Amino acid sequence: MKLFDLLATASSNMFRSKLRTLLTITAIFIGAFTLTITTGLGLGVSQYLDRQVDAFGAKDLDKIREIDGIKSVAAYHNASIDYVVASDPDKKYQASVTPFLTGSNFSLDAGRYPDNDSKDLELMLPSTYLELLGLGSAESAVGKTVKFGVTNGLGKRTEVEGKISGILGASLVAGTSISPNDALMTRLRAVQAVGQPPVAGEVVQAATARFDAADTEKLKKIKEDLKKLQYEGMTVEDQIGSFKAVINGMIAVLNGFALIALLAAGFGIINTLLMSIQERTKEIGLMKAMGMSPKRIFLLFSMEAVMLGFWGSLLGSLAAIGVGTVVNKLVIESFLKDLVGLQLLTFSPVSVASVILLVMAISFLAGTMPAIRAARKNPIDSLRYE
Amino acid sequence: MREDAVLEAQNLVKTYGKGDSLFTALGGIDLTIRQGEKVAIIGKSGSGKSTLMHLLALLDKPTSGAVFVEGQDAAKLKNGQLGHLRGQKFGFVFQQFFLNGHASVLENVILPLKIAGVGRAERKRRALEALKQVELDDKAKNKAKDLSGGQKQRVVIARAIVGNPSVIFADEPTGNLDTATGQRIEDLLFSLNANQGITLIVVTHDADLAARCDRQIHIQDGRIVDHPEPPAATREPKAPEPAPDQPDAPQPPRRPTPRPRRKVHL
Repeated sequence: MKLFDLLATASSNMFRSKLRTLLTITAIFIGAFTLTITTGLGLGVSQYLDRQVDAFGAKDLDKIREIDGIKSVAAYHNASIDYVVASDPDKKYQASVTPFLTGSNFSLDAGRYPDNDSKDLELMLPSTYLELLGLGSAESAVGKTVKFGVTNGLGKRTEVEGKISGILGASLVAGTSISPNDALMTRLRAVQAVGQPPVAGEVVQAATARFDAADTEKLKKIKEDLKKLQYEGMTVEDQIGSFKAVINGMIAVLNGFALIALLAAGFGIINTLLMSIQERTKEIGLMKAMGMSPKRIFLLFSMEAVMLGFWGSLLGSLAAIGVGTVVNKLVIESFLKDLVGLQLLTFSPVSVASVILLVMAISFLAGTMPAIRAARKNPIDSLRYE
Repeated sequence: MREDAVLEAQNLVKTYGKGDSLFTALGGIDLTIRQGEKVAIIGKSGSGKSTLMHLLALLDKPTSGAVFVEGQDAAKLKNGQLGHLRGQKFGFVFQQFFLNGHASVLENVILPLKIAGVGRAERKRRALEALKQVELDDKAKNKAKDLSGGQKQRVVIARAIVGNPSVIFADEPTGNLDTATGQRIEDLLFSLNANQGITLIVVTHDADLAARCDRQIHIQDGRIVDHPEPPAATREPKAPEPAPDQPDAPQPPRRPTPRPRRKVHL
């Protein structure tokens, strides 16, 4: 039998028992639907995270490419502030500050990054503070000043003023810390240090080290060396990476459930084919009597299984894409509104095609057992079968 | 081996089971069937006549012994080749028809050609031709399940001849039909033998049908007990010898009118 005829025969056999075929396809549909949704979710979130990481360093890599190993080490001073306030003295808010690291790259709603080489006291303000502090729009806030309330070692409170150089867009990664430049940071610390024992000023919570980020080998070595000295070396990518690992873990669990659904669907296929082979025992015997080889019989039934998988997964993925697109729109317009650039569910042709191929492969595997059984049938036993 | 032997069986043995439950279905059959012969295999149910037909038709494998198809040892063929040979040389007419009721008459007749890999247009043409021979070309588009028993059996015959076989195996071809319809089917089968020289091997317990054949092979308890022709001498059936020597057997007659033979009473 020619391949095309085999395909056509398998296809028409599939619709002989319509209800049974429909139920089997439904089982596969559910599995494929779930798998498409979970992979879409995984892809959506990880692409979003990747975009956050991409923002880091890409430009700066060029700048530091020539540097061999660590070029310089600068203390990463931190300061604690009591409150932050803008022009309206009634609107005082607690806030945390994190030094701005040159080379970091965030999505800015307006303005530019604070300049660590500048003597001007600059800072980057997360957009969430705009409304709280009564600063108006992001554009209009750039260039305005905010004051930080700082208590020194003698318990006296002083206000330090800094200029807003940029507004940080809402993001999962960037958080809500205000990021002053080195100059402002030094000033904050200096004010805070008044009246404190000298040693407190020498203690640092972290240090920034510059190195060639493109040289992953060297980076690894640096991390190892740091570890030997009992320090932990962590890059921004590492930090996002660990976040991503958690997300990936969750997605993997979801995918696992989808695969379990597909496994169940696989048994549905086995069952369907076994029943169909039972019903068509005589027909198989007849086809064998007429010269159809066992190999072709095997192919015929495998194809039927793969076709069940194909239709189930095609319909399942299409439904998932349809539902996903609607859910995406709803979610992004409502509670995930602030995460600009997030596509919660992302369906790439490659991932959808992989889901379909995977389901077809599972179907083929499920079909082998019944198909081998059909192929092995002795024509005479089949013809005698009642 | 004879030049014109289309099928030759040498000491065919078929047993089922093992040890105490060993059952011998066929206990050493030697047989030569020449091209164009009409042969009836007769015997009671359980005598082994169907088993013999299945072995001759390469539908089953003998426990020992050999079947030669036009001089070729079937045991030396692989599964695929065996199927190919079967599809090419043999046509089958079964008592239970084995038609796909939901498919059209034409589709049913086309099936063997489809299996053989014949092209679309060619197989349709040949199937219609075969249907014309059994006078059912006007029913080509009907569903097989809507036909009467006699019409179904004619479709089965069309399906058997569509591949231009050299041998047609008919297993109780008239078993499910009334006398008049059965008669018509018999006539059709014998006319195929007369007009196209197709060898006919009929398994039946209908003595009248058997009488219309050139030769009756009477099977009892897995052995040939009455082997009148050719040669005239009846061999000792229990001797597990190679093919009986048949030096000057008359050419198989291709007469449309059957010559009445010795009736075998069961």
